[in-house]
Amino acid sequence: MGTDFFEISINFVKMVAIFLLMVQLVPALVWVERRGSAFIQNRFGPNRVGPLGLTQLLADAIKFIFKEEFIPSHTRKFLFYAAPVMSLIPGALAFGSIPLSLPFHVEAFELFGQTMGPYRFAFQSFEMNVGIVFVLGISSLGAYGMLTAGWASVNKYSVFGALRASAQMISYELALGLSIVGILMIYGTFDFADMIAYQTGPLTFTWLGSEMTIPFLPNWGIFYQPLGALLLFIAMFAETNRAPFDLPEAEAELVAGYHTEYGGLKMNMFYIGEYGHMMVASALMTTFYFGGYNLPFVEPETINEILLAAGFSATKASLLTSFTFFLVLFTKLLIFLWIFIWVRWTLPRFRYDQLMDLGWKKLLPWALGNTIVTAVVIFVMKTWS
Amino acid sequence: MTSLVAVLILTLFVIAFGAGLLYLVSLVGPKPKFSSLKDASYECGLPAQETGHSKIPVKFYLTAILFILFDIEIIFMYPWAISFVDFIENDMGLHVLLSMGFFLFVFIFGLIWEIKSRALEWE
Repeated sequence: MGTDFFEISINFVKMVAIFLLMVQLVPALVWVERRGSAFIQNRFGPNRVGPLGLTQLLADAIKFIFKEEFIPSHTRKFLFYAAPVMSLIPGALAFGSIPLSLPFHVEAFELFGQTMGPYRFAFQSFEMNVGIVFVLGISSLGAYGMLTAGWASVNKYSVFGALRASAQMISYELALGLSIVGILMIYGTFDFADMIAYQTGPLTFTWLGSEMTIPFLPNWGIFYQPLGALLLFIAMFAETNRAPFDLPEAEAELVAGYHTEYGGLKMNMFYIGEYGHMMVASALMTTFYFGGYNLPFVEPETINEILLAAGFSATKASLLTSFTFFLVLFTKLLIFLWIFIWVRWTLPRFRYDQLMDLGWKKLLPWALGNTIVTAVVIFVMKTWS
Repeated sequence: MTSLVAVLILTLFVIAFGAGLLYLVSLVGPKPKFSSLKDASYECGLPAQETGHSKIPVKFYLTAILFILFDIEIIFMYPWAISFVDFIENDMGLHVLLSMGFFLFVFIFGLIWEIKSRALEWE
């Protein structure tokens, strides 16, 4: 966390800020989802409250807060309250461990007559050298929130929603885990920052002993592992329980799935968890296959030098550079979040046996094949060069 | 180690945030009034047919057990994957590739056996 009070407090503030960013993005995404779905279906969507219906979500939030807090007596009380809180944790922890931008440096300065030494702050809640393993481990804990909610509700719809959700989540976790083995072989690291550093510059690879460079393409993972990227993206949809894999909340069969008995803010917390999961999925896609916070053909040093030449101090220039690259990552994140929403309103829902077949009999063998082919190709290219 | 402390602090913060929010919301809303209809288990307009926990298909347990087996096998591939290029550069590439080939053979054999024994069929 840090060595003195300044570093510890900045790290704590950063952590809280990233968590609140995640929570605050949810109303914005709900608005985009409602407006976007309306335009896809040739409707207007919310457009009465405020400009473009933007304050609709504020009105919804007030309604959530002032709703009657009724708990049916047949539920398991403690677990019933604990489940929404549990569903918040995995998204927050996983999102916190993904680097959102370059680390920024603070020069030494004087405070109360003491010299506070130069600092380096990562643009993420905490730096993990096992990055992806941590994210996979934490995000699979999301199943506990759903199972607890279903079990505590003592309602057949909730129980079956929770069971379906967890069975679907663990089935697709296999394909998810296996689809990134190929790209891990290429990067040779678990650390997100190292992966992003690998993806700088133009596309460069060794082909039959000679170095090839394609100057107009960035060195992104998608060009090395297009199949892996596709498999990861499909598995991510199932992991987040989004359409076309939203079987746990198939309303014709299961009412609302595991949160049938929930209402008001407690139900809203499940939504924050789901959208948090979507943000983690988008951030993972960006970090693995789309260069993370890299802007193609623009070096961070160039921006830093321009800012220094414009008369900013070293600390401010470093901070502004980090913020610029944060905006790059944020743009990529929003593109993926929009694809999540777009697909939901385009594709119909699968049947449950089709869903399990897709996970176990199609995605898993394809991911296996991808791993084997990648290993053999890397071996041949490295040995005969 | 320090990052694990940070993880712990963030976890506690999120729990406090969620629990605090739930508590504050319970203070501002209207006081819940009891009614036997509101208290009933949710059902689509009829009196609830099954109250209490209903029976759960054993299929879900089977899926969970299979998941654990395969997931552990996949986790074993991770350290192999990140050190694969290092092994090739130290002239141990073929040995490592063949070892993983044997491991994958067991994995694929298990998967085929599982599909053949109809453990993954859902009606």
